[in-house]
Amino acid sequence: MLGFPSGRTAIVGAATFGVGKSPGFEAMDLTVRASLLALADAGIALRDVDALFVAQPQDTLAGLSFADYLGLRPKISDCNRSGGSAFMLQLEHAALALDAGYCDVALIAYGSNQATASGALVQSSKNAFWDAQYKPIRPISAYALAASRHMHQYGTTKRQLAEVAVAARRWAQLNPEAHMRDPLTLDEVVSARLISDPLGVRDCCLVTDGAAAIVMTRADRARDCRKAPVYALAAASTVTHADISAMPDLTVTGAAESGARAYAQAGVGAADIDVVQVYDAFTINTILFLEDLGFCAKGEGGAFVENGAIAPGGQLPVNTSGGGLSYCHPGMFGLFTLVESVRQLRGECGERQVAGAELALAHGNGGLLSSQATVILGSHAS
Amino acid sequence: MHDIQPERQYREFLAQNRFMIQRARSSGRYVFYPRVAEPLSGDTDLEWVEASGRGTVYATTVVRRKPPEPSYNVALIDLAEGPRMMSRVVGIDADAVRIGMPVQARIVDDGGMPLVVFDALPEPN
Repeated sequence: MLGFPSGRTAIVGAATFGVGKSPGFEAMDLTVRASLLALADAGIALRDVDALFVAQPQDTLAGLSFADYLGLRPKISDCNRSGGSAFMLQLEHAALALDAGYCDVALIAYGSNQATASGALVQSSKNAFWDAQYKPIRPISAYALAASRHMHQYGTTKRQLAEVAVAARRWAQLNPEAHMRDPLTLDEVVSARLISDPLGVRDCCLVTDGAAAIVMTRADRARDCRKAPVYALAAASTVTHADISAMPDLTVTGAAESGARAYAQAGVGAADIDVVQVYDAFTINTILFLEDLGFCAKGEGGAFVENGAIAPGGQLPVNTSGGGLSYCHPGMFGLFTLVESVRQLRGECGERQVAGAELALAHGNGGLLSSQATVILGSHAS
Repeated sequence: MHDIQPERQYREFLAQNRFMIQRARSSGRYVFYPRVAEPLSGDTDLEWVEASGRGTVYATTVVRRKPPEPSYNVALIDLAEGPRMMSRVVGIDADAVRIGMPVQARIVDDGGMPLVVFDALPEPN
C-alpha cells in the first residue's frame, strides 16, 4: 500500500517533564527525563530504542547529543529543524520508517530550559537580510502582520483574538500541570500592553521550561505495550515560505493543504474530530488554523471562537492543555500538542477530559507560519 | 558571463541611490527579494531593473518600544511590479499606517546604511 501507513503504527508512550520552571537542569537533562518517563509509560526498555528524533532550539545536533547522553547506537538519528512543527514531521518520518521495518522503536523528544536559562524565547533562526533591515520582532511581528491582514479583510477584532487567550486559560485552570492558571478576562487581554500591534502581551505564548517525549512502534507490537495504543492515522505537512514577506496570502496558511491531505489519509473530516490541539504561539494562530483545518469557513474564525466556543463546555474543545498561551511554551510547542492528544484519547485528562474522545487532531506550526504539519490520531486503528 | 550576486549587487545599487529589483527575461515576471534564479522556473536569466517605487500597504504593525525609545512601523508593501517586500512607512505616525494606503519608495540613511522606506501618498478618492 502506498502513502502514509494509516493505523499501522502507534504512539505507545507519552510524557512531559519539568513544565514551568526547572532551575538547575540543562535542556538535555529535561529531555532525557521526559524520554525515560515516556518509555516507562510504554513499558519499553531504553535499550530497545533504535530510532531517535530529537529537536532542540539550542542544539542543532540534538539527535546526536541524545544518543551520546544515554549511550544509544540508533539506526536513525534525526535532528529536524523545521521549527515548532518539527515533531509532526518526525512522527510522519518515524511512521514511514517503522512501517518499512527500518526501525522498531522510535523516540521523539524535546526539551528546553529557556525560561530559567535566559528568560526569553530561545531561537535558532533569524530573519534573512531583506526583512531583518526593518527590525521586526521575531517572531511576534510576523504574526502581528498576519493578524492585521485578517482584521482588515474579515473584520476580525481584538476581542475575538482575546477569546482565544481566555479559552486557553480556562482549559489551563483544569490542568494541574499548566503554568498559568490565574483567572483571565477578555478585557485584561484586550487592554494588555501592546508588543507589536495588534498583538499585546496576552496574545503571546508563555516563556517556560519543559520537556516532552513520545514513543512509537508498529501496531502489532503496540498491542503488547502497557497502555492502549494511540494509532497514527495521518501525518502531512507543507512549507509555504520562510520569512513573512514571502507568505503568499497572510490569511491562509499551509494548514489548508496539510490538513486536507491528512483528512484524506485518515478518511475523516473536520466534523469527525473530537478534540483539537493547534500550536497557539499567538492568538491569531488558533483562528487561522481552525479556518484552514475546516472547522469553520475562511474569515469566520473570529466569530467561531466567540462566547467561549472553544473553551471548556464550548462546541469544540481546542487546546485542552491550555496551549502555548497558558499551559507551557518551552520554545517549540508541537510535541506537547501530540502528548495532550494521546492523554485525551486515553482518557487520562481528569477535569479537562473530553468525554468519549476517539479521534484527535494535532497541528504544528514552524517558523513564521512557514511550516505547517497536521497529525490525526485515533484510539482505533481505522 | 555576468553572474548575479544578489545581495551584494542590490546593496551596491542602493549605495548609488538606486532601488533595483529583478525581472526574468523569458517570463517577464518581477522578482524580489533578489536571487540567482527565478522561483519555480529556475531560470537564471534575471536582469536588474529600476523599481517604480510605487506600492500599496498589504499589512502593517507597530513595534512597541519602551519609552523614550520610539515605536516604529513595520509593513509589507505590494510593489506595483507585483512582488511584496517588508519595509517601513515613514512620515506619519506608526499607528496611522493603513492597509491599502498608496506609498512611494525613498532611500534613506539608516544608521550609515542605505535603506528603502516608503512615504504615504494621499489616498485616491
